[in-house]
Formats: sequence, structure tokens, C-alpha cells
Amino acid sequence: MRRHLLFILPLLLFLGLAAAFFAGLDRDPHFVPSALIDKPAPEFALPALLDDRPGLATADLKGRVALVNVFASWCVPCRLEHPMLMRLAKDGVELDAIDYKDNREDAKLWLTNLGDPYKRVGADVAGVVGIDWGVYGVPETFVIDRDGIIRFKQVGPLSADVIQDTIMPLVSQLSK
Amino acid sequence: MRVLAFILGILWAASAAAALPNEMLADPGLEARAREISKELRCLVCQNQSIDESNADLAHDLRLLVRERLKAGDSDAQVLAYIVNRYGQFVLLKPPVEPATYLLWLTPALAVVLGATGIVVYMRRRRGIAVEPTALSAAEEARLKRILEEREA
Repeated sequence: MRRHLLFILPLLLFLGLAAAFFAGLDRDPHFVPSALIDKPAPEFALPALLDDRPGLATADLKGRVALVNVFASWCVPCRLEHPMLMRLAKDGVELDAIDYKDNREDAKLWLTNLGDPYKRVGADVAGVVGIDWGVYGVPETFVIDRDGIIRFKQVGPLSADVIQDTIMPLVSQLSK
Repeated sequence: MRVLAFILGILWAASAAAALPNEMLADPGLEARAREISKELRCLVCQNQSIDESNADLAHDLRLLVRERLKAGDSDAQVLAYIVNRYGQFVLLKPPVEPATYLLWLTPALAVVLGATGIVVYMRRRRGIAVEPTALSAAEEARLKRILEEREA
């Protein structure tokens, strides 16, 4: 009887590994958990990209639930994401932005051509503030609570699903 | 001689890899430290390269940042901590030994212990069979005797 158990052992090991690998199939190996979740937004102050719109600094993110979108005119997935941002803005959601490692003129042209969903746009030409935010692939979007604590980070373009199922519920929960 | 210089030149260029001349620090001691630190940091764009090897834009920015921190007087550990605070433990190509990574670090040792235990158990059992043959029972004794007698007859 004990002999039989010994023969089943490899099968059990195989099943365990198969289960682990199967669970891994759905995971994105490029996803990096943010180190900044539940930490205060970094101290920063960025100059304005546009003449008629303020830049972005840490103080702007306190006292309300804020959405900060990191974008760049050279970023292809940002183009995919842009209509989602326009729709959010149309629905009255306040969006702030960090223009990451961009040419100012290109960024202005981008907003003129595709529409401007942002309330404040800070220009991070050198990419230094981006590093403080742990940005590694634009677009990224952060949800920040009233106390200036980062609660959520979306890496990659916002989809309708993420907005509906994750971002908006979180925003309304934090706004209570 | 010229060939040798050519080969040395190529080797030097290959070893310099991605740390571009305009990124390097004038102080060779600091630059050497910067190279060592850069080799331990993962490039988040191409993930299985260090920032020292990668030509990604972000890797370039991080190489500059590492050098800036060193120039500002940070120790190697402080520079690493500065980056980890922003990008998480994942940027370290060699994960630290801590509760979350015990399994990762101890798995090889566990495998050796398991294997060794298996071998010891197996050898003991084999030796047990070889060294201590059990005595024949009375019935077997009788049967053996009968067979031997039959052959002699």
C-alpha cells in the first residue's frame, strides 16, 4: 500500500506544477506592482505645458480625489487611450496630467489635434518627476485620495472596462 | 600590432556596452561604483536586462540618476534604496533575502535535502535486504530439504 502512494507522488507533483503554470497563463509578465500604492504622492512641482492652464504640483492633489494621467505625444498607446480620457472629461471628471519626456511643441499640437481633457498639465521634459512617480511605461494613470495618498495605478492605456469596473467605483468610494 | 589594437578596441567597446561615453563620470572610482550598481538594477522596459546593458530611454535616465546620487555623496546602498522606493523590489535583479523570498532562496537547499533523504532511505533499505536475510521458516526449510533430496535421488 505504501508503495502505491510513492508511485502517486510524481503525478501529484505534476498536477501541482500544471495548476501553477495554468494560473500563470493569464498573468502579464510585464506588469510590475507599484511600490507607491498606499504611499503619499511624491513631492514635485512641474511648470505648465500650456499658457492658459496651470502646471501640476503636489499641493494640487490634496483635498480631493485626483486622477493623474501620464502621457506623451510620442507614445502610441496614448493615442489609443485618448478618446477614453475625452469621454471622462465630457462626463465632468477632473483630470490632471504629467506630460512625460516630451517636446513641448509636439505635446501642444497633440492636445490641439486630439482634444484636451485636462485641467492641469505639468511638463516633465527631463523625465525626473516621472522617475519619482515610478513611471516605466506611458500611459500610466494614478488615483490619489484626499490625503494625497496614491491608491491605484493603471499601467498601459485605460480601457472602458478598467474605467467602469475599477477607477470610477474607487473614485466614488474615496469621495464619500 | 595594429591588429591587436583593433581587437582591444573592439573588446573595450563591447565591455562599455550601453553606458555611453557622455554618461560616464570623470572620477574613475565613482564611475566603477556606478557600473556595479547599474548591473544590479533591472531595466523596467526590457525587464531581463540590467540598466547597464539596456538602450531603453528609461535605462539611460536611471543611469544618469545613479551617477547623480553618487556625486551627491550617497552610498551604494542608499542609491539602490532610492530606486527601490520608486520602483519596488522588482528592480533588483538579485532579490533580497526576506520573508517573501524565503521560498525562492531556500528551494535549492530544500531540493538537495529531499534528494539526499531519498538516497539515504533507498540505500538503507537495500543494505537491509542484503545484510539481513530473514531466516527460512520451518515449512520452507522442509521444502528445501525435499527439493535437495529429489535432486540427489
